[in-house]
Parts: sequence; C-alpha cells; structure tokens
Amino acid sequence: MTELPLIGEAVAVAASPRLAGAKIGVVTFPGTLDDRDAARAVRLAGGTPVPLWHADTALGDVDAVIIPGGFSYGDYLRAGAIARFAPLMSKVIDAANSDAKLPVLGICNGFQILTESHLLPGSMIKNDHLKFMCRDQVLRVENSNTDWTLDYAEGQEITVPLKNQDGQYIADEKTLDALEAEGRVVFRYVGFNPNGSRRDIAGISNAAGNVVGLMPHPEHAVELGFGPESLDGIGGSDTDGLGFFTSVLNKIVGANK
Amino acid sequence: MTEISTSSITETKKFNIDTVENAAKTPDTELPWAELGLKQNEFDEVVKVLGRRPTGAELAMYSVMWSEHCSYKSSKNHLRQFGEKVTDEMKKDMLVGIGENAGVTNLGDGWAVTFKIESHNSPSFVEPYQGAATGIGGIVRDIISMGARPVAVMDPLRFGAIDHPDTARVIHGAVAGIGGYGNSLGLPNIGGEMVFDSVYQGNPLVNALAVGVMRHEDIRLANASGKGNKVVLFGARTGGDGIGGASVLASESFDDTKPSKRPAVQVGDPFAEKVLIECCLELFKGSLVEGIQDLGAAGISCATSELASNGDGGMEVELTSVLLRDPTLTPGEILMSESQERMMAVVTPENVAAFEAVMDKWAVEYSWLGEVTDTGRLIITWDGEVIVDVDPRTVAHDGPVYDRPYARPEWQDAVQADAFTGSVQDTGRPSAPAELAAAVTELISSPNMCDKSWITDQYDRYVGGNTAMAFPDDAGVVRVDEETRLGVALATDANGRYTYLDPYHGAQLALAEAYRNVATSGAVPMAVSDCLNFGSPEDPDVMWQLAEAIRGLSDACMELGIPVTGGNVSLYNQTGTTPIHPSPVVAVLGKLDDVARRTPSGWREDGQAIYLLGTTAAELDGSEWSNLRGHLGGLPPKVDLAAERALGEILINASRDGMVDSAHDLSEGGLAAALVESSLRYGVGARIALQDVMDRDGVDLFTALFSESQGRAIVGVPRSEEVRFTDMCTARGFVHTRIGVVDADSGKLEINGVEALPLDALREAHEATLPKYFG
Repeated sequence: MTELPLIGEAVAVAASPRLAGAKIGVVTFPGTLDDRDAARAVRLAGGTPVPLWHADTALGDVDAVIIPGGFSYGDYLRAGAIARFAPLMSKVIDAANSDAKLPVLGICNGFQILTESHLLPGSMIKNDHLKFMCRDQVLRVENSNTDWTLDYAEGQEITVPLKNQDGQYIADEKTLDALEAEGRVVFRYVGFNPNGSRRDIAGISNAAGNVVGLMPHPEHAVELGFGPESLDGIGGSDTDGLGFFTSVLNKIVGANK
Repeated sequence: MTEISTSSITETKKFNIDTVENAAKTPDTELPWAELGLKQNEFDEVVKVLGRRPTGAELAMYSVMWSEHCSYKSSKNHLRQFGEKVTDEMKKDMLVGIGENAGVTNLGDGWAVTFKIESHNSPSFVEPYQGAATGIGGIVRDIISMGARPVAVMDPLRFGAIDHPDTARVIHGAVAGIGGYGNSLGLPNIGGEMVFDSVYQGNPLVNALAVGVMRHEDIRLANASGKGNKVVLFGARTGGDGIGGASVLASESFDDTKPSKRPAVQVGDPFAEKVLIECCLELFKGSLVEGIQDLGAAGISCATSELASNGDGGMEVELTSVLLRDPTLTPGEILMSESQERMMAVVTPENVAAFEAVMDKWAVEYSWLGEVTDTGRLIITWDGEVIVDVDPRTVAHDGPVYDRPYARPEWQDAVQADAFTGSVQDTGRPSAPAELAAAVTELISSPNMCDKSWITDQYDRYVGGNTAMAFPDDAGVVRVDEETRLGVALATDANGRYTYLDPYHGAQLALAEAYRNVATSGAVPMAVSDCLNFGSPEDPDVMWQLAEAIRGLSDACMELGIPVTGGNVSLYNQTGTTPIHPSPVVAVLGKLDDVARRTPSGWREDGQAIYLLGTTAAELDGSEWSNLRGHLGGLPPKVDLAAERALGEILINASRDGMVDSAHDLSEGGLAAALVESSLRYGVGARIALQDVMDRDGVDLFTALFSESQGRAIVGVPRSEEVRFTDMCTARGFVHTRIGVVDADSGKLEINGVEALPLDALREAHEATLPKYFG
C-alpha cells in the first residue's frame, strides 16, 4: 500500500460520524489524476478513504472501491486498456462479481477501465468533435436504485463537471436496448450531448447495481465554492455530486432510506 | 511492469571521439562553431577560456549554454535592475530570488509558493502541438525542481490575424497541445490571455506559467554539493529530439530560405512527466536528494554545468551511462539533446538504495552517471576517455555579455504624434443610441474581446479540486491549504500595442493590469514573474524597446512594492526585419488568506448597486476600439501606480470585509467591455447611467464607454454595505461613482443613451467568434 503525497490534507468535515467506519478504497495507477479528489469526496461525505496502489495484490478491508479519472499509463493505447491488467484490478473484478457484490464506481478513466475489464458493457471512443471538453454538465438520474445513486430521486437533475477527450459511449444496438430495458442506464446527458454518446448515455451499471461507471466527475461537485459555476452557492449546484458518496456510505452502514 | 535497466551501455559505440588530449594535439582542426550558433568572438573566447580549442563535445556545450536563450547575453546588463531596484520591504517574503529555477515566496503558516512564466514561442510556430505541450512540460519541471507540488498552469497566447489561413493551424495545435499535456498532468489551467494581431503571424507567442506550493522545509535548490555524492539522471530516455533547440531555434529569426527546423522541436510525453512529478515529490518527502535540476534547454550540458557550478564546483560524469532512445547519438548530441521529462539529481551514497526503490515503485528509468568532486572541474568521459574538461562556471555563468547598442527609433515620434482622435480612422464615431449599441456589440464580438470558451473548454480547470476561480474571472485562484483556506491568485497581462507606442510605460501598464486583476479577485499582490517577448536585440530599435521595458517594469515593481522573482527573455521574435510588438507578459501572484472570500467578476443579486471606481479620461490611443478601426498611434493610457495601489487596497479590503459581491477590472475595451462581461458572467442584467461620470470627468458617452483609462474597476455592492463601502472610498480619497443597479429580471444591459442590449443577443455575439473561425 502506498501513501498518496497529499498537499494540504483536508480535515474531516463534520459529516455523520456513523459513516466514518465505512472504508472506500481509491485506486491510483501511474497517470491517475483525480485520486486525491475522489478521496476528498469520500471524506467530505463522511467516510474514510483508503489509498490503493495498482500493483497491490489485495484489497484489504475496504467496503467499496472508486476507480478515479486520469490517463492511466498515458492512455496511449486505448483508454483503460492497460490499467485493466493491473494486479489490483483482478481483485476488484472478483470482488465486484462475488456474492458480496463489492460496490465499485468508475469515474471517467475509471469508467473506461471498467468497460475494458468487462464489468460494464460497451466502450468509449474519442468525442465526436475530436476535442477535449471541460464543462458543467446537467445529468438526469435515471436509476436511483444502484449502490451509488440511492440518495438521489429518480429523474432528479444534477450538475457535475465533465472533462474528457474520449467520452463518447458506444455499444451495439442490442446491448443498448438491453441496458435500457433492464434500467441500467443510470445517467443521461440533459440539454446537450457533449461527446456524441449513444442515446445520451452518461453512465451505466451492471445488472446487480453495485458497479456503476460514468464519464462526468461527481467528485468535483462536493464542496461549496469548488464545484460547478455557482461560486458562492447562490442557487448553486456545487455539491450535486455528494450523493454518490453518501449513497454508498449509507448502504455500507445499512442506513439507507 | 516495465523492466528497469540501470546498467550502463556495455558495448561502447565506436565514434571518432574527439578527446581533450586530441584537441590539445590538433589545434587547427576546423570546428562547426558557426553552424552551432556561435559568433567568431564567442568561439575565440571559448578557446581563450580553455587555453586550447574545444573538443566537439565542449563546443556543443558552450554553443548551447552561451546561446541567447540560455545565457541572456543581450539582456543581462538590463535585467540586473530587477535585482537592484528592490527594497528590504520587498525582500521580506522572498525566500528564493532570481537565478534559481523559479523564485519562492513566503505565504505564511509554513507555506511557500513558487511560480514562473516562460516562453516556448519558436517551437510552437514550427510544430504547434508539441511546441506548446513541451512548453507546459518545461515550466512544470522548473516548479518541481524547487521542491514544490505543481498546482496550476496558465497560458498567455498571442497569434496572428484571426482570419489568416495559418492562424488556424497554429491555434488548433497550440491549444490542443496545452490541453493534451496539461490535462494529462492533472494540473488545472486557471487562466491566461488570447490576443490576435497580425504582428504575431510568423512569430506566435506561446507563454506558459506554472505555480507550485510547498512547505518551507521542502525547498530544494539546484546544486551539487558533497564530494562523493552520486549524480543520477532519471525519467525519459535521451533521444535525438530538440538537439540544438535553444541555440538554433530560439536564438534565430525565421525566414523562408532555410530548411524546416522540425527536428529541433522536442516531443512530449505527459504520462512520463506525471509519473516524474509524483516520483520527485516522494523523493522530496523522504529527503532523498541533495540537489536537483530539471533538464530543459541545453539538456545535460545545462544540468551538469549548473549543478556543478552552484555546488562545490566539481563533477565527473560518464556519458556512456546515459540511457538512450537512439543508440546512434554522438556524445555532442547527447549533451545537447532536449528530450523532455528528464531530471538530474545528487544523492548521497547512503540514500542510493532508497532512491532506487522510489524509482522502481513508479517504474521510472534511471542511470547513475558519476559523482560530485571538489576539483572545480566538470569532467565528462566517454568510455573512460575525457571529452570534456572545463570549469563549469565558464559554461553556466561566464558566457558572453553584450552591451548591445540601442537608440530611440527614428519613427517613434511620428507614431506618438499620430493620435486616434481626429485621425482618418476616427471618422463617424458612434454617438446615436443605436450606433453605440452596435459599437458595443462589435467590440465584444471582436477577436480580442470575444468569449474564449472555445479555448478554455479544452483545458481541465477542475482537477485537483482546489480551483476557487478560473477564467473568465480576472484572476485564477487556487486553494493551498484545505484547513485554513489559504490560497493564491494569479493573473498575466501584456498589451503589445501600448508597449509599441511607449515601451517604458507599456511595460508598466502590463504590470498595473496584472496587479489590478489580482487585487480585483481580493488577493494581496506579492510577487512578479515576467516573460519578455521581443524582436532581435541586434536591431537598435528593438534593443531600445527591451531596455525601456525592463527599466519601466523594474521602476514600477519598486513603486508597487512587489519583487520580480523570476522569468524569461525571448528574443528574435521577428520575421525578416519585422519584429513583433514588444510584448512583456507580466504575471502577478497574490495571496488570499481565505479563498472563500475571492471576488468573481459577475453580479448576481437583484438591486445591488454598481460603482465605477477611478476616473475616465479621453484615452483611446492603442485601445481595442482604435484597433478595430485599424489605427495604432499616439500615447498609451497614463500610468498612475499610486492610484493602482489605492484601488488595490480598496478592492482587497472590500473583499475581505464582504463589502462587494463582484468586481471586474477595466482594461482592454474599457467600461463597455467590463459591463458586458460582468452581465454575461451569470446572465444577469443591469441598468446603467453614466451622466455623473461624464459631467465629472468631462467626457462624452462614447469616451466613457470605450476609453481605456487605467486604475479603474466596477464593483457590485450589496445594499447593506453601500454606506460602509462609500465611506471607505471617501476616507481613502478614491473617486467612486454609483453608475447603476443590478437588474435580475430584465435580461438586458441597459445603458442610458445606448439602445438596450438583450443579454441573449450579446451572448450570441460574444460566443460566436472563435467557433466561426476555428470550428
């Protein structure tokens, strides 16, 4: 296990102390960028983040895993294609598919790694406009029954940052139809499809709902003043992403609605 | 995992090695010093310093290290002013000054911040993507070298005419390169500038700024001390890219008759750099390195000679130990290569194993090249044979220094006499309400004043989770400490047109604007870094511009009380005999005790009062309006640094005490641009009346809107704070006028005497320009 070199370590915010016992692993690959941000989001939601190193061969006693954004191994081959073979990933795959159904969230590059790992169907290709795009993106929560969306209402619209180069979700029509039929389209882009994703899909889940992947970054919408747009929280959506983390923490401590 | 190879090359290549011994025996051998960019007098000086002709490898080292780019030989005599015009008060918070990889400023609470701005102009014209990308890479490595974690980047950009066919090539490549590299490093891009002007057509300016933070005890310097300590090169392998980049590209102007210089541009690998950042931070945390230096311009030549001359003065290095990407490289090429993502460090023998463990963890390749000595000589061997034996100071610090002749250009008087008001281009100045509305729309959709989202949306501004403010606000703000919310604000500015009209004051105006932008965000300005982009120093006109700009800037720093802590000079930015506008890009760094108090540029709350701070004179020369009319002449706006300081204090106090909810500085495009930008920031309109300003300052409505008088800002003041705010301004004797109120329901910007401007239409005009040209 490794210690992330943190600058300005955050103090735990006074979230519900009963969540603090829940441990969420945050995986760092070489080239991972948003690991410290994901750890901060877990902390702000009241949980305890645990740094995980890609070369580790055991998950330890974590109750859930987040695979954060970035460019693992530079993503020079195909986003997530190499990271999928990291020693830790086989443990993540096993745990996600086990009876215990370990909750796993893949954000951006993490989503790409989950599709490469076949925990989630489909794949991501370059944005249809061929440019990197960073924007505040409105999403609709289509399924509030996954481990990571329990604290949202079905149909709720949230704003979280989106920032990627290879964000266009694709899958064959049969897969897309099945995802829709099984309620596994968890998030859809609203108002503007930023990358040409099929059927405006921003995020999906596995059949059991413990594995969720999405391209936008909920961990960047967890703190007043550092989230999308509303700088001082006036009518703001700065913390729209916090629900991802409280959802899984509440589930872990068995306190969901 | 990647296999780590640490062994030196076992099979040494068979070159016709020019050893020191051989050089002493063959004094008359012809050497290609001219092709490597040295002048006759410089080559003669090398021979004099060595007491013999240089070897091929030594020639390679001297040629790059004595290039304009590395030695500052034309500007050094003038740059001294930045170190001389400094008061004790200015030194108070300076932990590391000019001369190191980057300056370091004390932030308090044990925190320090380091920042620096640099140019990567020539490579970005030849190969825009890689040129711009490696510009980010280089400046970020400077920041790491100081012991800091890089936390943000910014990019001031200047390109040719927006409708010139080549501009699209350069902007697409440069913006994608900055994004492609910076985004992959996990560094938020929090601001910058974008200027289009045909003077930059063949010489685009791609400057890059990086900022990093550290604890005081983590500050690292580039020196090799301690006899017997090991010298290690780590990161990417050394390849054939960028050979002679500093001497050939950056110190020469372009013309069409020479072959393409593509091979001299480096190619970046952001993944390697990201890993290098984390790996270096882990080295610092474990106190595993004694000295560290990044490899940028002049590669190993620079790193070895600077480390050695800044330390105990001696080093021995075996060049065949360098890990190569291309095994055919000659010793001279290895010394000159500017391959990216490399670092050199000095490690004690006791720390070697721990150092190697960190390298292995991050799968970073490394090779031990040699060790520190106390001989005062830098000795480089090739398979045991001495190919370099020099005093490292003569390479790194004792390069030639030129007192280039300079004189005020003959044309300067005529240019300054050609005022915009009354000129041919000034005919039909808008005055009717519909004309003024059309003029405002024309201004805010013009290439320099339009919305820059097409560019900034290609940059990640969120990563790191500490971005408290970014474009389009006046300054970028990054949180340093999550517990105390201590943070820093940064802004960069330059106005080539002002500086062309008057280099002394133009440079001061760049500083004044950056200072104002930082203060507008609520931060206290603390330090300056500058990137001086000019034409050829061999042209006395250009040399005068450079000398005047440096004199102006250093005087103004003294008056504002903020020191220059580092920067860079980029000369030879000219096509044929036509130089760019003198473009001193000035970055100002400020401190915010609590980033939650930063002030955004747009208003939101209905009914808030809008105040204009400062006075407006008829100052249209060099303005965006005159630029739109194709005029450049006269004198730039007046500089009043005392007023800038007073305005800054008002903005900082108002932010700290919650007296303003929005603040936006007035600069290019004047009040008209500021009103539109503050309205569009959150899509909230306003009702404005300027009669009081016009009566008091004796200007007409057009001038009130389009003049670029300095020392001004507009602020949004909550009703409850109005008395306190105006009392503060009055007590400080600063001119302030209530010019209107925020109107959250109208969806319009309404200015008395100007036809109402619906925000939807303004936004469409503002946002359409860049996509129209660049897709």
